Amino acid sequence: MVSFLRFLINGISLGSVYAIIALGYTMVYGIAKMLNFAHGDVIMVGAYVAFCAMSYLSLPPLVAVLCAMVVCTVLGVLIEGLAYRPLREATKLAVLITAIGVSYLLQNTALLIWTANPKVFPSVFSVGSIKLFDGNLVITSEIILTIVANIVIMIALTLFTGRTKMGKAMRAVSEDRGAAELMGINVNRTISVTFAIGSALAAIAGVLLCSSYPTLMPTTGSMPGIKAFTAAVFGGIGSIPGAMLGGLLLGVIEILGKAYISTELGDAIVFAVLIIVLLFKPAGLLGKPVHEKV
Amino acid sequence: MKFNKAIVAMILAIVMVVGMACAAMAEDALKIGVIGPFTGAAAIYGNACKFGAQVAAEQINAQGGMQIELLNEDDEHDAEKSINAYNTVLDNGAQMIAGTTTTTPCIAVGAQANEDRVFMLTPSASAVDVIEGKDNVFQVCFTDPNQGKASAAYINEKGLATKIAIIYNNADAYSTGIYQTFVDEATSLNMEIVSTTTFTDDTTDFSVQVSDAKDAGADLVFLPIYYTPASMILQTAKSMDYAPVFFGVDGMDGILTMEGFDTSLAEGVFMLTPFSADAEDEATKAFVARYQEITGEIPNQFAADCYDAVYALYTASVNAGIDGSTSPEDACELLIAQFTSPDFQIKGLTGDMTWDASGAVTKLPTAVVIKDGAYVGFNG
Repeated sequence: MVSFLRFLINGISLGSVYAIIALGYTMVYGIAKMLNFAHGDVIMVGAYVAFCAMSYLSLPPLVAVLCAMVVCTVLGVLIEGLAYRPLREATKLAVLITAIGVSYLLQNTALLIWTANPKVFPSVFSVGSIKLFDGNLVITSEIILTIVANIVIMIALTLFTGRTKMGKAMRAVSEDRGAAELMGINVNRTISVTFAIGSALAAIAGVLLCSSYPTLMPTTGSMPGIKAFTAAVFGGIGSIPGAMLGGLLLGVIEILGKAYISTELGDAIVFAVLIIVLLFKPAGLLGKPVHEKV
Repeated sequence: MKFNKAIVAMILAIVMVVGMACAAMAEDALKIGVIGPFTGAAAIYGNACKFGAQVAAEQINAQGGMQIELLNEDDEHDAEKSINAYNTVLDNGAQMIAGTTTTTPCIAVGAQANEDRVFMLTPSASAVDVIEGKDNVFQVCFTDPNQGKASAAYINEKGLATKIAIIYNNADAYSTGIYQTFVDEATSLNMEIVSTTTFTDDTTDFSVQVSDAKDAGADLVFLPIYYTPASMILQTAKSMDYAPVFFGVDGMDGILTMEGFDTSLAEGVFMLTPFSADAEDEATKAFVARYQEITGEIPNQFAADCYDAVYALYTASVNAGIDGSTSPEDACELLIAQFTSPDFQIKGLTGDMTWDASGAVTKLPTAVVIKDGAYVGFNG
């Protein structure tokens, strides 16, 4: 029972990281209708920036996180402006391939700057832990921080898209880009802002990911990125609560699957569940089914 | 056209004269080619090897008797450049090769040397592919999977554990190979393995694996893996207040130099390695002292492996009656006969070594333990 609780908490912690990354995927998909496969690598850049700020410039952790957010925001907007905007009217496939290209560009640039030698992320958020059941259940401060950050971001994003003018513009662009443009919404700016928010979230996700799992390499972002993309699809891509739910479920299923079925099959179980869900609910758990009109 | 021919003739003449002069100069000296990455990303290994071999050659030559001459050639840890380096040392008269240092080039050069019938003794290229199917390639280091067998034997002999957990990378041939031989040996020694879990290169979360080991009450966790995932496992274990003995193999080497790594996490971690620089025997002391004089650094296992390789080649050559005038082809057959003969044994810095026809070495395993952020020999 205690070990079940321990796995559950670890699963929620891993799932929270997936969820925050998935938010970036889902927002960009919902509004720009494109899969930004470079998102996982923006996470890696965010983690490296935070690492450098803390290790080389000795900045306090919160300032380092802010630095990472600023750098990633600029990077996200730049990527969107340089690589994706010129392809706004191109086929979806062209944009998808470009996103994969950007992903490789970021990874290889990171390889040049920071080399392939793994770096260990400083445990700055490690301020002790809660021990329950005679020390059999240890909840570290990183886990608590990740879960809290997850909830805060979720609430903030929901409020932002529901209450603010920019949020409404985003929803309008998401519903019907052409109509939104006719109503006087600046579509390009709205998409830029979406990328900015998604990338800032990626920076936070990078720091949280590396606080819990401290090895930092140029490929650090790619697997969590793919898992988070899966989570976004799982929950219903384009839906903010869906990304949250998908991320959490994915993390919990992954950990419990490894713990109770087989460590060798951990990832296979995750993707098998995804396939089953998509068979019964093709739009994902909370996705809106799209009816094609002929 | 005539002019060109004249130049070619002249060059040929010069080459011949120089070649003969070289041959004449060191008629008696045994010529050993040392190939490794002296520059580039893997330079740390190649240079350790070069200087280790140099110490061995100095000692041998100071004894009198047959002299040896080392022909060093850089391969930059690149298979193609290594073949070039191999051809260069042969052109310069090398009769046998102490090398190459790193695995990928060694597989390429080994194939070529097998065709040319040139004897190779690699100090540190540890993959099975290095020796497999080549009767003329031998190793000073343990073959990768044999590290598993050696680890199990060591843990058993020193009584380090009653219940063992294993965490290995099932997407990696190196890790899986070591795991397999470890389990075979542990089973035959009646050691109790209470938890076996796996991960892949993409794994970020190790809580399940570590939990499994903890819940099973393992007092030793065997990690036949590279140091990057190992560092995550150490971190996870610490966050769970789980402190068993961790036992790694040569892939663990490097964990202390990871940027930003909290070395206190690795305190008490065991690592299977053939050589520890603080051993008390005379040979090691003399070797470490001279190596430090040359390089200003403490020798690592690569330096010791290469030192042993030169000694092994020298001893075998003396036994077989090989001298500076023996052709590489003849030397190759004589050396194979020596190395595979049951009487041939080398007392090296990395242990007492014997070889079988496969080219794999047999020697007693030793281990170091990490104390205060440094490797220390374990005498338990």
